[in-house]
Formats: sequence, structure tokens, C-alpha cells
Amino acid sequence: MPEKSVYSANAHLSPIVVTSNVRVEEAAPLVRLSLRGGEAAASHAGASIGAPLPLEPLTSTMADKAAAFWLGPDEWQIAIQEGDATAVFERVETAMADTPHSLVDVSERNRALIISGPKAAWLLNSQIFLDFDEAVFPVGMVTRTLFGKADIMLWRQSEDIFVLEAWRSFMPYVIELLQEASRELEAA
Amino acid sequence: MLLITCPYCGVERPEIEFRYAGEAHIARPAEPSKLTDEEWAEYLYMRTNPKGLLAERWRHAHGCGRFFNAIRDTVSDRFVTIYKMGEAKPDLERLVVEAAQ
Repeated sequence: MPEKSVYSANAHLSPIVVTSNVRVEEAAPLVRLSLRGGEAAASHAGASIGAPLPLEPLTSTMADKAAAFWLGPDEWQIAIQEGDATAVFERVETAMADTPHSLVDVSERNRALIISGPKAAWLLNSQIFLDFDEAVFPVGMVTRTLFGKADIMLWRQSEDIFVLEAWRSFMPYVIELLQEASRELEAA
Repeated sequence: MLLITCPYCGVERPEIEFRYAGEAHIARPAEPSKLTDEEWAEYLYMRTNPKGLLAERWRHAHGCGRFFNAIRDTVSDRFVTIYKMGEAKPDLERLVVEAAQ
């Protein structure tokens, strides 16, 4: 897995949570595409972004400045570190040619948080009912699930780094719950 | 809380990620306008409501978003079988016999 991830902390914003063992930061803006279609559409899209789209459930693939996430048997999210969303969209859309598919630019729909540190899984477990043991939630696994009452997408980027994406209107709710849990973590 | 296995994701997840979607294998009549009111009411409202095994639809609403079918025991709340959309309905009587053994 490349060291440089498609997600990087937004340098213009101060971190949301900083404690001795966990850190939560807002991710820098990205181009995000939502793709629905069959495996043929997935292979065309994969070729155009330089990372084959994952076909195994709950897995992800990474390229230099792009990542692709399996969200359903015919649904993927593509994240690309690039300034011009329209140009990226056109490039992927052109690569699909006549393959039946639906491609939507959802760059502005989501915000992402980067949760890192030895207690990152602990912090997430304050609201997520999933087992983050590496045997069942290995690095690279991606899933949609619930964070409290908010729908989120969660990706394990490395052992101690998680990326949490949620619709932007849910983000204040997610952030405040994370801040509350981090105070509990500090007090413990 | 129930733990339910999603046949598309292949993992066991808590019940809150899922939505119940009624009894499975109820086909919409091809030509509703040719049915009598009784037949239409039968399709719309009448369900088997058994005490025991029931084939029902579930949706992994907060995961992959897919509908799937499941056989659940309405007495013990236990999931006996989970299968993908489009797959044939298992023989419930045979499942009852297997469960008894």
C-alpha cells in the first residue's frame, strides 16, 4: 500500500480532537464519484483512474492519487485527489463508453474525517457496533454502517488510521459525538 | 439485538443496520385489472403469519443497501437460512425436519 494516501488532513483547519493517543482531523477536499453498474462498467472505470475497482465485498483498492471503495455488489465510490471535479468526471464518463451505468459527482456531498492513533478504534467504538480486531476488520476494509444515527462510510487506511465519510449535514453530529467520547477517553 | 448475516457483504452485522420488508415470494399479479376485489385484497393484505418458519425479505439498509431473503423462526427469532434475491425458496418443511434432528 502506498505511503501517501488519497486522504490528507486539511492544513487550513485546526484538528478536531487532539489527545495523547488519538487525533481527529478534517480531510482536505477531494473529487468523489459514485458509480452504479455491472462489472464491465467497473473495469472501464478502473482503467480510467489507474486502480482496478474492487469486486470482493468490503474491500478497497488504491492507486497513487486515487482510491476505489466497494459499497455494494453494483456500487462503488471513487475518491481522487485532484482539483477539477468536472475534468475527472468527464474522463471517467468517457471511459465508460456505451456500458450501462450511472456516474454521479458527489464531491460536495460528503465530508471526511481522519481518525488516527492507538485509540482510534476505541473512539469509533463509542458509536459503532463493529469489531475492529484486525482479523475481522483488516487494513483496506471499507464498509457503510451507522455512527449513532448517522449513515457513514468507514475505511481502515492502516492499522491505526481510519477514514470516516458522512453526508455533510450529518457531520456536526458525528464530530460532537467524537469530541464527547474523546473527553471520556482523556478522563479514563 | 439480533445478528444478521448479509449474503452480499458476507459478514454478520447488528440488526440496526437492517430493515424488515415483509413476507417474501409474494408475486404481484401480472394483470391487476383482471382480478376481482377479493383476489386483489388477497394479494395486498393476506399473509401467512405462521407460528414457526417464515420466509421474509430484509434489506441491508445501512450497509450495501441490498434486499435479500431470510427464513426466520417466528417463535425463537432465530435465522435459519439467508439467501440472495432470485434464489429459490428453500423447502420449509424439510428445514423443520432438519432443525428437529
